[in-house]
Amino acid sequence: MPDFGNVQIPVGPQHPALKEPESFLITLRGEKITAASVRMGYNHRGVEKGAEGRTYTQDIYLVERICGICSHSHGTAFIQAVEEIAGLDVPRRAKYIRMLVGELERVHSHLLWLGVAGHEIGFDTLLMYSWRDREVVMDLLAAVSGNRVHYSMNTVGGVRRDVDSALAETILKGVDRLEEQTKYYIQVCSEETTVIKRLSGVGVVTHEDALRLLVVGPTARASGVARDIRKDDPYLAYDELDFKIVTSDHCDVYGRTLVRLGELMESYSMIRQIVKNMPDGPITVKAPRKIPAGEALSRYEAPRGEDVHYVKANGTEKPERVKVRAPTLANLQAVSHMLRDNNLADMPIVIAAIDPCFSCTDRAVEIDRADSGPRDRMDWGRLRAHGIDFYRSRGVDFTELNRSLTRRMKKL
Amino acid sequence: MTPEEKFRDDLSGRFPELADKIVLQRARRIWVDVPAGRFREVFDFCVESLGVTILLILTGLDEAESGTFGVLYHMARPDGVVVNLRVHLPKDKPVLRSVTDRFPSAEAYERELVDLLGIVVTGLPEGPRYPLPDGWPEGQYPLRKDWKPADAAPAPEEGKSHA
Repeated sequence: MPDFGNVQIPVGPQHPALKEPESFLITLRGEKITAASVRMGYNHRGVEKGAEGRTYTQDIYLVERICGICSHSHGTAFIQAVEEIAGLDVPRRAKYIRMLVGELERVHSHLLWLGVAGHEIGFDTLLMYSWRDREVVMDLLAAVSGNRVHYSMNTVGGVRRDVDSALAETILKGVDRLEEQTKYYIQVCSEETTVIKRLSGVGVVTHEDALRLLVVGPTARASGVARDIRKDDPYLAYDELDFKIVTSDHCDVYGRTLVRLGELMESYSMIRQIVKNMPDGPITVKAPRKIPAGEALSRYEAPRGEDVHYVKANGTEKPERVKVRAPTLANLQAVSHMLRDNNLADMPIVIAAIDPCFSCTDRAVEIDRADSGPRDRMDWGRLRAHGIDFYRSRGVDFTELNRSLTRRMKKL
Repeated sequence: MTPEEKFRDDLSGRFPELADKIVLQRARRIWVDVPAGRFREVFDFCVESLGVTILLILTGLDEAESGTFGVLYHMARPDGVVVNLRVHLPKDKPVLRSVTDRFPSAEAYERELVDLLGIVVTGLPEGPRYPLPDGWPEGQYPLRKDWKPADAAPAPEEGKSHA
């Protein structure tokens, strides 16, 4: 067999595994990756510059849109910094509701990741199962906030919606069901030989390298780095909850899978504690429109790892500077390291295993109709019928076309 | 003595001129103004002797009123204490030495300073720019306060229509 030496291939920026643009330049020797470099920035949207030109209230909605999955993480990290500068004493009930949405969001994110990981290794049954279950938590988030994504729960000084006892019951029921399913996934991932063999030894980051490269979140915890901002630098009311940091010593994609599954179980327990111990009282305090001059640094344990927001206020209603570091920026730089000495075919799962943040703009299942009273919910069948009627009333009617097509099909 | 007070005493013990430059904002939040000339010494001391082993992010600021750029090194200890080291650079000669020798992950954060504010960072490894696109016009730094998005509106290429 002739030696072709090193071969360089570009992968991306329209990446086959990642639903987000990112460009990798891979150097191969045979099937083995000998070097990899990342070109980032394809999704740079100027959010930080945009934030300087908007009011604090507008910025809540802007920073939420940094990510389609951990929108509450970015929103809360930002608002915490603003509230610290303004010296606002956020009511405890608001903090609990923020934690509730934060943990539901983590469940949503980890279940989504589990499905993607299954898909990347050709285990699409896992994708179908975990994304089916993810609907349960999406429905809960929609019930709490009104939205499946971009929950918009935060406002300066508190939250915008309360959680009543009926909703709390619904949440607990949903969590019970999710916990049952997650136990099954833990069993699958710890007993199914193909999963263990496919993920073990892939995308290795040793404990020492994890500390040196400063990876964050489940990626760090799967290399035995017991760091979690909820414990290390507690925010909201996380110091009132009983939970443990899930770690693993596998240092590979398999470890990252076990950590996320373990964190799902911790989140269910935390959601129960939040619902059970939810304090009474107001959900918001009055906040000034203009924020006094000052600066603050806010950290938040997002599903993918530590989210850092820095806000500088100048006494006006718009911030002087907003700086954001999403966890993927900290982890993506370690991907080149993880890819080295792996097979080219491992690339999708290695990249997916840091759970890079790709915008998840999901379909809507609930529509509030302005013309038929509040909270008239349409299911998919009614939504479809409504669409057909809408166009028919405007002279667009495909009935005849459909009939003639059906007739032609029958003749064939 | 709180961990924050101990940090302040340790740092000002080694660098007495910093004594009045250390602000303990609240539990786990420390801000230090460091003279640009001594920055690397202070930075190294924090990492090696005071356990500040995590680099979170760098923030670049256009301090229009004082005619300087501010750079904040947001760093943390594993126990949750955040140390924010701040340096000011003159706008006519904004030069910074890279800290990628100590924190490889600083590369992207330093490139942001280069692309978005026009700060010169020496000692950065070879690599593609970040985060602006390759064809971005020279001398356009979006995070400078006097920059407006219209400044960089690219003229439509001949023969190509974006409509």
